[in-house]
Amino acid sequence: MQPFNLTHLNNTSDIKSLSSIEGARFIAGGTNLIDLMKLQVETPVELVDLSDWQDERSITEHDEHFRVGAMVTNTELANYASKTVGLSLLSQALLSGATVQLRNRATTAGNLLQRTRCYYFYDTAKPCNKREPGSGCTAIDSVNRIHAIFGTSENCIATHPSDMAVAMMALDAQVELITPNGETKTLPLRNFYCKPGATPHIENCLKEGELITAVILPKRAAGTQYYHKVRDRSSYAFALVSVAAGLVLQNNKVEKLSLGFGGVGTVPWYPATAIEALTGAQLTEANIEKALDAELASAKVYGSNNFKPQLLRNTLHKVLRALAEHQRTYPQHEGALYEN
Amino acid sequence: MKTNQTANFIGEPINRVDGVLKVTGQARYAAEHTSTMPQTPLVGFLVASTSAVGEISHLDTSQAEKAEGVQAVITHKNAGPLKAFGKPDDEGRFTQSRAVLSDTHIRHYGMPVALVIAQTLEQARYAGSLVEFNIDAQPAQLLHKANQASDVPESLDGGFEPDVETGDKPSTYSDGFAVDVQYTTPSQISAAMEPHATIAHFDGEKLTVYPSVQIIASAVQALATTLEMDAENIHVKSPFIGGGFGSKLGLHYDAILACIGARYLKRPVKIALSRRHVFYNSPHRGHSFQHMQLSCDNQGKFQSIAHHSAMPKAKGYPFAEATGAGARVTYSAEYIKSTHRVKNADTPLIDSTRSPGDAIGSLAFESAVDELANKANIDPLTFRLNNMPKVHPVNGNRFTSHKLESCLRRGAEVFGWQRKSSAQPGKVIGHGVASAMRMNVLVESSAEVSMDEKGKITVLTDMTDIGTGTYTILAQIAADTFNTSVDNITVNLGDSQSPASSGSGGSFGASSTGSAVLKACEAVKSKLLSLLPKNYQNAQLAVTEQGVCVRQSHADSPQDTPLASLVDSSVFPIRELGAVSEDDTSDDEQYSCGAHFVEVEVDTLTAEVRLKRQYGMFSAGKILNEKTAKSQIKGGMVWGAGYALTEAIHHHTDSASFINPDFGEYHIAVNRDIAEVAVDFIDLPDFEASPVGAKGIGELGITGAGAAIANAIFDATGVRVRDFPITVDKVLEGLSKKAS
Repeated sequence: MQPFNLTHLNNTSDIKSLSSIEGARFIAGGTNLIDLMKLQVETPVELVDLSDWQDERSITEHDEHFRVGAMVTNTELANYASKTVGLSLLSQALLSGATVQLRNRATTAGNLLQRTRCYYFYDTAKPCNKREPGSGCTAIDSVNRIHAIFGTSENCIATHPSDMAVAMMALDAQVELITPNGETKTLPLRNFYCKPGATPHIENCLKEGELITAVILPKRAAGTQYYHKVRDRSSYAFALVSVAAGLVLQNNKVEKLSLGFGGVGTVPWYPATAIEALTGAQLTEANIEKALDAELASAKVYGSNNFKPQLLRNTLHKVLRALAEHQRTYPQHEGALYEN
Repeated sequence: MKTNQTANFIGEPINRVDGVLKVTGQARYAAEHTSTMPQTPLVGFLVASTSAVGEISHLDTSQAEKAEGVQAVITHKNAGPLKAFGKPDDEGRFTQSRAVLSDTHIRHYGMPVALVIAQTLEQARYAGSLVEFNIDAQPAQLLHKANQASDVPESLDGGFEPDVETGDKPSTYSDGFAVDVQYTTPSQISAAMEPHATIAHFDGEKLTVYPSVQIIASAVQALATTLEMDAENIHVKSPFIGGGFGSKLGLHYDAILACIGARYLKRPVKIALSRRHVFYNSPHRGHSFQHMQLSCDNQGKFQSIAHHSAMPKAKGYPFAEATGAGARVTYSAEYIKSTHRVKNADTPLIDSTRSPGDAIGSLAFESAVDELANKANIDPLTFRLNNMPKVHPVNGNRFTSHKLESCLRRGAEVFGWQRKSSAQPGKVIGHGVASAMRMNVLVESSAEVSMDEKGKITVLTDMTDIGTGTYTILAQIAADTFNTSVDNITVNLGDSQSPASSGSGGSFGASSTGSAVLKACEAVKSKLLSLLPKNYQNAQLAVTEQGVCVRQSHADSPQDTPLASLVDSSVFPIRELGAVSEDDTSDDEQYSCGAHFVEVEVDTLTAEVRLKRQYGMFSAGKILNEKTAKSQIKGGMVWGAGYALTEAIHHHTDSASFINPDFGEYHIAVNRDIAEVAVDFIDLPDFEASPVGAKGIGELGITGAGAAIANAIFDATGVRVRDFPITVDKVLEGLSKKAS
């Protein structure tokens, strides 16, 4: 771990005073950045500690939305979301990730910004364009069973590991941030992440010194919701494929479909094509296949992750089948498919 | 006087005597012995090679030496004197030199090229990144295909012959069924919770070392050899060990480096390997190719069993595992052939890993047996029962005891074989069975037992407790002999100044050292009884609140007489040595037996496998403590689940490195992977195996555990995965093929 300077942010308004610190990295729960610093994958020399930042520690309900402070822990958010019918999907996604100990530390903003678990990103002896731009991508020609099929480039095929962000994609979350000169901005999470392209080290649209202050979750009916995560063991593993889905069905017609895919994209994957194909359509196996065909048209496989398109197909079928059955039995149901 | 104090007998499921120490944090593990050191230990961190084979051509430690807190940077230039790794040739693998930093040669990826010692771990780790080095690398030799393994290993672990062939090879299978299949198992790691760690300190010529090691006496010898020291000057202590699973049978680089550092700086030095360093600097198991040709007649009687194993062997290290052991002994057949070939490979140390031989041998063999049963359209349990051997199938020798058939029959009954739970919608349920046969050995072992005038009994041996319950069972053996409670027994383990024992490993610890302790207790008891007046000499001893008593049985109730009234107190302490050797065990075939039964549920769409139940019935002679034994067996069954479903080291072949050397991506089974695990024993002593009547259980639980899962998956889905672990992508491929 490279020695670093530590500064503290106590009030949001103090952000202006940080603008002079070049290359500063914010540290919230520390569940990811510290690990990477120990391995010298990340080598920041300036850290800004957010543990005394009191302003953004709560979830507030408003007329049209919920506002989740950046420092709300994954545990707190999961608990809140599990008691809020329209956010059940988010709760399920959060609880499928990490462990209780990690979720107690990890924050909402930190979760959005966690780095990939690509094996080669973690191994400083091997080329990785995300870690060291221009050094090459080891994953493309090596074992890549955990890697992405959507949004990849010849420079990077690493997945974004978050479960929470996948559910937030499905639920159309907004990211609220503050700039170093104190200006507040909001943008859709669906526009927040950058695909690797030629610059895999740039993972999102945050500019230097900008700080996420909150995530805004719109109050909308999401119907019956289910997060299904397929992984190499049944807990404490990242998704090989995950599907976050909320379905409102009327007369077997898809009234509203909220959807996000995890484990398959270089960014938490928002399957706009599949959603468009299914919305308003009859929910049949054939239509689901058609929607998947359309979505997977842009997918690319790399050898040991060749199974992912089929696994994604089967997982989406499983999830939509279950949700549809529930909607047929309990029309207008809003909430979790299963209690969690 | 009368007594009703309860004694703790052998076999009783009492709690661990060291349990409170462990759960209150008072049990000290290797890296925790800091306060017993004369000074706070300095902390070492190793700098690892990023090439597999080659020579260090450039090494610059100047920047690291200048970094804050750094006390020394040790490399091959200043680490000596050290005996070259693997020397002398005529020593065993645990007593040969384990030298590191002895020269410029790099033998494997991740091997230390330097050791940085600083005041804190953080300082050492950072300074490590400032060490500059180049390695003139050569291509690494690895095993990619089965046919590249063409060397006959000089010896196989467990003393098995590399090749055996018996009976007449059937010329045709026209009148029966045959399978000809290749299975593969991946590289695996022991994954003990406690990483390899050591604190070492020199006081003049005297070296004190706290490593985490399963066998103490050979560790002393290995240090003496490596450091070119007199063994008399070395004191090794390892009182608590956070899991070994074979990876701590011998000492590894943490221990050698801590000693090198302590010698160089004349200060205590502590080294705890990071998890990533554990993968490269402790042993792992090589991957295997196992080719099986099995045939049976149309009645389901085995005609032939042929098993061929191909594995890598770490260059310069004499270990090869007996993957075919189970194929030789589990079932009778007209013809049995088992061969082992290895390829010398440039890999980190390959050594005993969680039930060497049988863990992966049984994965493949017991799966292939199921394939044959399926082909012959015979229930896999019935098929196994059809082929029970009366004598050892290869050499015709008798078994001292053989309860495989009973384990299968009784186990099936308790489990409810083929009485399946009903499946949830979208799921299918399957049952699987597998046999377990694990060779039993008694290893030379000794212990001293003493009794003071108050009746307090102390057991001294360099035996270790790697989490298995050794403290408890040795206390029970002593308590049983002296009719007392384990509260009256003090067991001191893991100290090289105590009598040398078997140590823990190869399932031999409990029976070997337990027998030595039993003999020592008997000797103390005989000595005491010999001092008594004649009319007491057929009496029993008992230790009660009143101290040592002589217990005589009268008609209906025991009568205790305080020993103090019969014997002069000056005879105490009474101290006797007990020892066992090969004379204490039979030359006939000794095996522990078991049968595994598993119920799985598989999602027909996502191919996710969930264990519903694991059940095992085992026979391992006398069970010394039903509770610790069950825990140990259950642990083995959980490891078996890991081998079947989740665990694999992925190799990066270009660099001969591991792709996933951490617990984030090397997936050991977690709590949610494991459902109900239940175990029963056929608890019958086998006094031909050991004086205490026990046989090994350490590796029995894992043997066959994974295959039963694989067989249950096949039963549920019709998908047979021959490439372990059975991950979701492989099951999915099988399901998709069946559907199309």
